Amino acid sequence: MAAPAQAGGPDAAALERLVRQDCGSCHGLSLKGGLGPDIRAPALSHHDRQSLQRLILDGVPGTPMPPWRPLLTEADAAWIADYLLNGGME
Amino acid sequence: MTPERLAGGAAPVARGATPPEYFEQDEARGARPLHLAGNTPAGGIRRGLMALAVAAFALAAPRADAQATGDLGLVVERASGSLLVVDQSERARVGRIEGLGDLSHASLVYSPDQRHAFVFGRDGGLTKVDMLDRRIVDRVVQAGNAIGGAISDDGTLVAVSNYEPGGVRVFDARTLEMVADIPTASKTIGLVDIPGRRFVFSLWDEGETWIADFSGNDPEITKIDGIGANPYDALATADGRTYVVGLFGADHLTALDLWQDPPEPRKILPEYAEGREGRPVYKMPHLEGWAKAGHEFVLPAMGQHEVLWVDSRSLAETGRTPTHGQPVFAMARPDGRHVWVNFAHPRNDTIQVIDTLTKKIIHQFKPGPGVLHMEFTPRGHEVWLSVRDAGRIMVYDTQTFEKLREIEADSPSGIFFTARAHRTGL
Repeated sequence: MAAPAQAGGPDAAALERLVRQDCGSCHGLSLKGGLGPDIRAPALSHHDRQSLQRLILDGVPGTPMPPWRPLLTEADAAWIADYLLNGGME
Repeated sequence: MTPERLAGGAAPVARGATPPEYFEQDEARGARPLHLAGNTPAGGIRRGLMALAVAAFALAAPRADAQATGDLGLVVERASGSLLVVDQSERARVGRIEGLGDLSHASLVYSPDQRHAFVFGRDGGLTKVDMLDRRIVDRVVQAGNAIGGAISDDGTLVAVSNYEPGGVRVFDARTLEMVADIPTASKTIGLVDIPGRRFVFSLWDEGETWIADFSGNDPEITKIDGIGANPYDALATADGRTYVVGLFGADHLTALDLWQDPPEPRKILPEYAEGREGRPVYKMPHLEGWAKAGHEFVLPAMGQHEVLWVDSRSLAETGRTPTHGQPVFAMARPDGRHVWVNFAHPRNDTIQVIDTLTKKIIHQFKPGPGVLHMEFTPRGHEVWLSVRDAGRIMVYDTQTFEKLREIEADSPSGIFFTARAHRTGL
């Protein structure tokens, strides 16, 4: 159930599922945090779309946050960044 | 068979029908049997009322309808905050318990009588449920963010491991009142019970393992440092002797011999990934007491597509098996002959089965999208898999690998059979 880049752009339903289920395995299903930090919108206020997109694609070295570049396109990561910054979970 | 066989007339007859009899320590020689609470006037009245109640129940519900819990289990429905009550022998769901909060990383343990379960939710909720009545008995939100728990060998204490605010809190299993708070400056992981009313857990941020001993009036804490960077999970063997810590931040695992005082950390599998590029880890592996197959441990490698074999006495490496993806669970069938492995996203649709003697993969199949957990029946003849994105639990014969049943479930994750009640270290 990867979130593949379709010819038509990001697959919103697949990406939302990815955020909830797979990001959720460290950040919690409701993104309130777990082994990884809280990633609900207020906790990400120091990020903008581009910095968050980079972080998703490249990961955070020295922490368990892996680079998602092998699985996600730039457009996918931008969609997820927007989704998180806009509080898509609420 | 009806898939949804609900409680109906199940149960309450036998419960409490006979007040427990015992001999007080100092009266043992006199051998005068006592009824619990029966030696007070109130107790005597209560007993009389109980006798009436029992008589009434006996008319209303014949004892044959009482349900034993030995082949039941609970399945976590992670998205809806509910539990399915399942019956191994019927291969069916028989009830549902709702209202348990955020169960996105939930686990549970059982009371010694296998009637109650203590469920540890991500939201810090500790919920006690009744398997027979299919209901929540009690619930406390004991922290902001929890990761797992354990029950003491005598069944009286339930300990919860917390991410926020960190530390471990210990509760009376009967009342869910907190009896001890063990703060740490760290997230805690790998919490297990060991004999002697003790718990063991590790500190993600500090690389320490602590032993909390509740055998006396006040808990005694033993701290062992030098475990290694970022312990992510740990396991205790069924005899409670060996504690193995998985490390995210170091290229080895660490073992403690808990029969030593104090236990000394010992590196196992040193530099197992040396010279190899670490792959991204999209889900942390889990270590559990099922990791022992015969005389060897079988352990997920971190950042590698392989499982690692270690002799459980010498702790020397005995082999490696390349796998389909990053292993999450490597679980020995209860007889130890086979090891079943599931994998992290995005390869989590696949199961591989490894033969313990040859360490080769003998079977591979795709149960469906999002295989999160496996649970063997206590003697290993069948295995239940939760297939999250298919909304199904799937039951397989472990000898023929034939699928025997699919059971509908809402985003199922952990599967827990009541036989766990009688195992140390789960």
